[in-house]
Amino acid sequence: MATITQPGVDTGAGSRGAESIIRVTDVHKYYELGETRVHALRGVTVEVGRGDFVAIMGSSGSGKSTFMNILGCLDKPTTGQYYLEGIEVSSLDKKQLAAIRNRKIGFVFQGFNLLSRTTALENVELPTLYARVSREEGLQRSNEALDLVGLGDRKLHYPSQLSGGQQQRVAIARALVNRPAILLADEPTGNLDSRTSVEIVDVLQKLNDQGLTIVLVTHEPDIARFARRMIEFRDGKIRHDNPGTDRPVAAEILKNMPKVED
Amino acid sequence: MNLVQILRIAMRALARNKLRSALTMLGIIIGVAAVIAMVSVGQGAQQQAQDQIAAMGSNVLFVGSGAVSRGGMSMGWGATKSLVYDDMTAILHECPAIAAAAPGTTATAQVVYGNDNWNTRITGTEPQFFDIKVWNFQEGGPFLQADVESANNVAVIGETVRKNLFGATDPLGQTIRVNNLPFKVVGVLDLKGTSPMGDDQDDTIVLPVTTVQKKMNGQTWLRWIMVSAVSREASYAAQKQISAVLRDRHRIRAGQDDDFFVRNLADFAQLADEQSRLFTILLASIASISLVVGGIGIMNIMLVSVTERTREIGIRMAIGATEGDVQQQFLIEAIVLSLIGGAVGIALGLGASSTIANTLGWPVLVSSKAIVIAAVFSAAIGIFFGFYPARKAARLDPIDALRYE
Ligand SMILES: Nc1ncnc2c1ncn2[C@@H]1O[C@H](COP(=O)(O)OP(=O)(O)OP(=O)(O)O)[C@@H](O)[C@H]1O
Ligand SMILES: [Mg+2]
Repeated sequence: MATITQPGVDTGAGSRGAESIIRVTDVHKYYELGETRVHALRGVTVEVGRGDFVAIMGSSGSGKSTFMNILGCLDKPTTGQYYLEGIEVSSLDKKQLAAIRNRKIGFVFQGFNLLSRTTALENVELPTLYARVSREEGLQRSNEALDLVGLGDRKLHYPSQLSGGQQQRVAIARALVNRPAILLADEPTGNLDSRTSVEIVDVLQKLNDQGLTIVLVTHEPDIARFARRMIEFRDGKIRHDNPGTDRPVAAEILKNMPKVED
Repeated sequence: MNLVQILRIAMRALARNKLRSALTMLGIIIGVAAVIAMVSVGQGAQQQAQDQIAAMGSNVLFVGSGAVSRGGMSMGWGATKSLVYDDMTAILHECPAIAAAAPGTTATAQVVYGNDNWNTRITGTEPQFFDIKVWNFQEGGPFLQADVESANNVAVIGETVRKNLFGATDPLGQTIRVNNLPFKVVGVLDLKGTSPMGDDQDDTIVLPVTTVQKKMNGQTWLRWIMVSAVSREASYAAQKQISAVLRDRHRIRAGQDDDFFVRNLADFAQLADEQSRLFTILLASIASISLVVGGIGIMNIMLVSVTERTREIGIRMAIGATEGDVQQQFLIEAIVLSLIGGAVGIALGLGASSTIANTLGWPVLVSSKAIVIAAVFSAAIGIFFGFYPARKAARLDPIDALRYE
């Protein structure tokens, strides 16, 4: 179990793709709604290597969020297996799953999911409380994470006092604060203007360069091309799985974009 | 997460809904205050009863004339004339468990001093009566055995009589008129207060038994004999011995009812003590009901709170809170609610106790035990009634909780 609960980014960028940090085989997911049954995932098999940066695309309702929830150990597949660092997730108990969500995986939700009556800093600090790190260290890491996403000057603001992009960045900072090995981001740039979106992608690209494995859901091809690999979902199945070509560097693109205040 | 952080989160969650938290606490506040006030009143009564036992002398026996019942008919005391002075002498000689005995006869009389007069009870006895009853003197002392022998007109007066006749005047050596006979006051008794049976023990004058018999009620028999046993333990043996001696002297055959009765005064005192203890328990249990109602209030609000904050719970679980973390958070919230309520309730209960003592004049005894019990009880209520809502919160499925609107 030590490998699962150990926090920290594996910075083995050299071994990228060599080892599968995520392995999903023939995963199905049904939602039972009274008489009807929604078949959200219909046999998904995929491997994600350590240090990869995967963009998941697909039309609305194609099962992207369902898949991400399974990857994030929030939900369980109805059938099929999910191996995280070689360990089958369905064999873990609730406490172990909580530890994985806390330290191994950072999750950025489609709808932010910040605690509304809690400041940006406290939202980011939350995972460190459950990781039982000391308060000093938790605060230090939270400040660092907020600085990293460019919110150093908004730490004591409440979510309602922040713009959508800023809230999204708080969510990213919260996902990063326990230094996870994997970042799962469900539409982190949804509803954001293009410059803000690229700014967020810039942060993700830099983290990926440091070895963080990223799986990102987006419906915008403009955003997906920043990833190393693109997967397209359709009707609960993987339709296309392509390595990215002409992968642009967000930092470069930002230089040529007009600056807007958010 | 350490305790300080958990407490901070709990305080903040409670502060978010100040009015609701305050109303929830109100149940506990009233419950704890009621328990403390009621237990204080009950213990005050108990303490009073115990003080009276001590004042009574623990090994005193009372021998009264007349049967408690004869042939199924209650005779009441003093209905027979069979108890006589020689019975007392016999008891003293023949009962080894007995240390001392004093005869008693009674009368009521009007007592006059100057222009003031007062109706009171007269007890006629011998000097050892004061020792047996442990009646002490604030002034002067008992009359002498010689006064009994010569049937002298000397009197010992109780505090109520002194107050009503003399006021600020020193009664010692003054002459009072009892049923128009002049008596010299030789002693004034200490204040004794109300007896466990509820009468004013200070409203009395004590005269030599012979004086009362010859000059006032004209009775040759005794109304009672006050006896002290050699020890507390011996008082039951003394009771049996006295019965045996008197049955023999009064020629009562086996199967016949006594024409006297022997009461162990310690039994009375114990009865009073027992009653006040029951009283305390009764009051405390009634008050406890409000504490339980307060606990149900906490449970109710915590359940509402868990439902309201389902999404928050989902978020916390999604970022790594375990079931235990969530359960702990809600449990601590409930405990904080009940403990703050308990603290306020203790303060209120103390206030109520002193108000009762001041306005109603009841004896009130605030014991630290009651406070500790109330504090522990309110924490226990928090745990007990907070457990189910906390468990409910912890059992939520993270993904369902996140989807909750
Ligand atoms: N809790 C649920 N209960 C029932 N059906 C659900 C539930 N969650 C998702 N679904 C269904 O499963 C399918 C996949 O949903 P999912 O949220 O994974 O889509 P998505 O690809 O994330 O879409 P979007 O791009 O709009 O976010 C949809 O048909 C949806 O209606
Ligand atoms: Mg989605």
